[in-house]
Amino acid sequence: MTKFFKKFIYNQKVAPYIFIFPFVLIFCIFFIYPMIYTVVMSFQKILPGENEFIGFSNYSKLFRDSVFFKAVANSFVYMVLTLVLLIPFPMLFACMINSRTMAAKEFFKSVFFLPALTSVVVAGTIFRLAFSESDSSLMNQFIQMLGFTPIKWLKMRETGFAVLLLLACWRWTGVNMLYFLSGLKNIPEELYESADIDGANSWAKFTKITVPMLKPTIIYVMTISVYAGLAMFTESYMLWGGNNSPQNIGITIVGYLYRQGIEKNNMGYASAVGIVLLVLAMVLNLTQLKINGLFKKED
Amino acid sequence: MKKSKSGKKLLASLLSFGIAASLLGGCSSGSSGSKEDSSKSEAESSSEAQGESLTVKGGEGATDLSMWVFVEIHGQFYAEMVKEWNAKNPDKQINLTVTTYPYDDMHNKLTLALQSGEGAPDLCDIEVGKFPNFLKGTPQLADLTEYIKPYKDSIVPSRLALYSKDGKNYGVPTHVGATVMFYNTEILDKAGVDYTKIKTWDDYLKAGKKVVEKTDAYMGTIDTGGLNNYLAVLAELGSDYTTEDGKPNVDTPEMVKAISLFKSFKDAGISEIIAGGHSDTEEGFGEIVAGKFASVIEPLWYMSRFTNYMPELSGKIAIAPLPVFEEGQKRSVGLGGTGTVVTKTSKNLKLAAEWLTWAKLSEDGNIQIWKILGFDPVNTAMWTNKEVTHDPENKYVKYFKNNPFDVLNEIRDEISLIKSNEAVPSLANYLCTTTFNSIFEDGADIEKALKDAQEQVELELG
Repeated sequence: MTKFFKKFIYNQKVAPYIFIFPFVLIFCIFFIYPMIYTVVMSFQKILPGENEFIGFSNYSKLFRDSVFFKAVANSFVYMVLTLVLLIPFPMLFACMINSRTMAAKEFFKSVFFLPALTSVVVAGTIFRLAFSESDSSLMNQFIQMLGFTPIKWLKMRETGFAVLLLLACWRWTGVNMLYFLSGLKNIPEELYESADIDGANSWAKFTKITVPMLKPTIIYVMTISVYAGLAMFTESYMLWGGNNSPQNIGITIVGYLYRQGIEKNNMGYASAVGIVLLVLAMVLNLTQLKINGLFKKED
Repeated sequence: MKKSKSGKKLLASLLSFGIAASLLGGCSSGSSGSKEDSSKSEAESSSEAQGESLTVKGGEGATDLSMWVFVEIHGQFYAEMVKEWNAKNPDKQINLTVTTYPYDDMHNKLTLALQSGEGAPDLCDIEVGKFPNFLKGTPQLADLTEYIKPYKDSIVPSRLALYSKDGKNYGVPTHVGATVMFYNTEILDKAGVDYTKIKTWDDYLKAGKKVVEKTDAYMGTIDTGGLNNYLAVLAELGSDYTTEDGKPNVDTPEMVKAISLFKSFKDAGISEIIAGGHSDTEEGFGEIVAGKFASVIEPLWYMSRFTNYMPELSGKIAIAPLPVFEEGQKRSVGLGGTGTVVTKTSKNLKLAAEWLTWAKLSEDGNIQIWKILGFDPVNTAMWTNKEVTHDPENKYVKYFKNNPFDVLNEIRDEISLIKSNEAVPSLANYLCTTTFNSIFEDGADIEKALKDAQEQVELELG
């Protein structure tokens, strides 16, 4: 018996499987099983004590649901805008901090990174109070000093979204900047030196050396940003002090899933929303990765 | 030179202190500090997800019961009722732990706990607008019909119907919630308006014009996040916003008329949108205390908001029946409410149900509901008990200019019912987030906005 056990454990072919077994187990229980079950539930009407298969009617309902489309549009716009804001700027800041002429590097690094350490709940609440509609809120006092009339920030789509993006930028610029900083550290100095010898200016060095060499980092940041953008929920929830923003200006796909599944006890319909989110995120990311050539075999 | 150097040092130490402080602040989120902010800004701020508990101990061999509520002062009432129960029933002692959670959090937690069959408390308060969610499918709540029976004859029957399905009662009502008009007489006196003379909405409009002309206040509130104003008027018109078989029913001439009434007040400049979206929010209380509004339409349970959050207005608020379009229309409607349930998973279902029905339906209990919560209790026997209703020491009797029960007895046969059924959670949600905002903030066409609401909710339920 022990012999068999020893042979088994020391077997080079078996050992790797034993090592990854805990991960696979956790992955199956907490990811694969819920995912499959969500697919099943999306074809059901889930009521306490009574589940019933109803075919595609959750989906057909979904594609006629104007609030759902609003949620998809919101999540999509938010995702695109965070990509636009949270990739170029952090990259620029990273280059600036990485530059030899920059003073007080560590100070700026920590200042940019600090917001990421606060909880979204606290940050969202503070933003909500700062942008509250009353005349005495921080931002309204500020714009009154500049001679404008107070604004109901969180009641209009444009200003509401601007606040949401501001919150996102405030929180995530530092994190993305750190990704880019670590990417920059991996670019060999020699490349810049030889470029200097060839007489390249800073812009040429940036576009011809820095950006191409940062490509793996950019792809990584883009992939997680696409997902994070589409799955955003807490920020909106905290900013509007609940899941119900006026005229649904802040509803997101996950917010709608939460509203249907938990607030309205409609798990089957919520599962369908979740599956659509999964499909959207997968399609976007796979396309993006394909275009960026991540699936090509390495040379 | 030297000075600037030390200044730099100071700046540096200040900065590092700031960084350290914000780091710490980030970690200990929500536990302290946030509460003061939230009490200032928003009633149902979710920053305090922890919940606050209150425990009442019984004697030896007492049974532990747990309970969730979403209004703190309900917890105080239940605590008092456990004390009385323990004094009267030495053989059935109870240890009760009541936990208060924010409104949304509590209902969401309960949904999940009942759906998964684990983690639900023995007893729980459920707000009437959320109740239909918990009656879906096979309700995971205990059937209380048998326990309610002994009290059935003396309580207002329509309030039980709100919490029932297929003839079984699952929830115990707290109050009638007769809707009335609360007038701020200080403002009205300044404007030279006698509120007892306001009988119709035309009178109200005329009085409002005087108020706006002679004071800084508005006559009334416009709610974009609350239904009470519109439902009260809808009930006067003898209509409802859902049908008998649980379908939405908002694209009706009556609903248009109800909303148009408030739109006309806004257009005439006598009413304005209240901060926070409706009068039952901390922001709303702030504006009412500040004297921005001369009148508020709310059910009688709003009395406790006055005494708890607006003590400054003591002695200035009068209660009156609602104005109507034409005399003869019913002047009140039962709105809001809380159905208390016993969950199916409770290990002490029988004791919990016995205590609950006694606490909320017996005359003893109803006297405490009035004394502690300031609600119009469902046990009508109590309404004419002058000793209790006109007790000069009672804080509600002291606070208001006239006696609430005088008004209640005046309108007792005019209190209509707005149904609560499976269409209500979705419908209320859509109206309060989208429809009212688009009508009053963006000036959308009323008929079209209501038609959109009807279509969206039909789709969602279909």
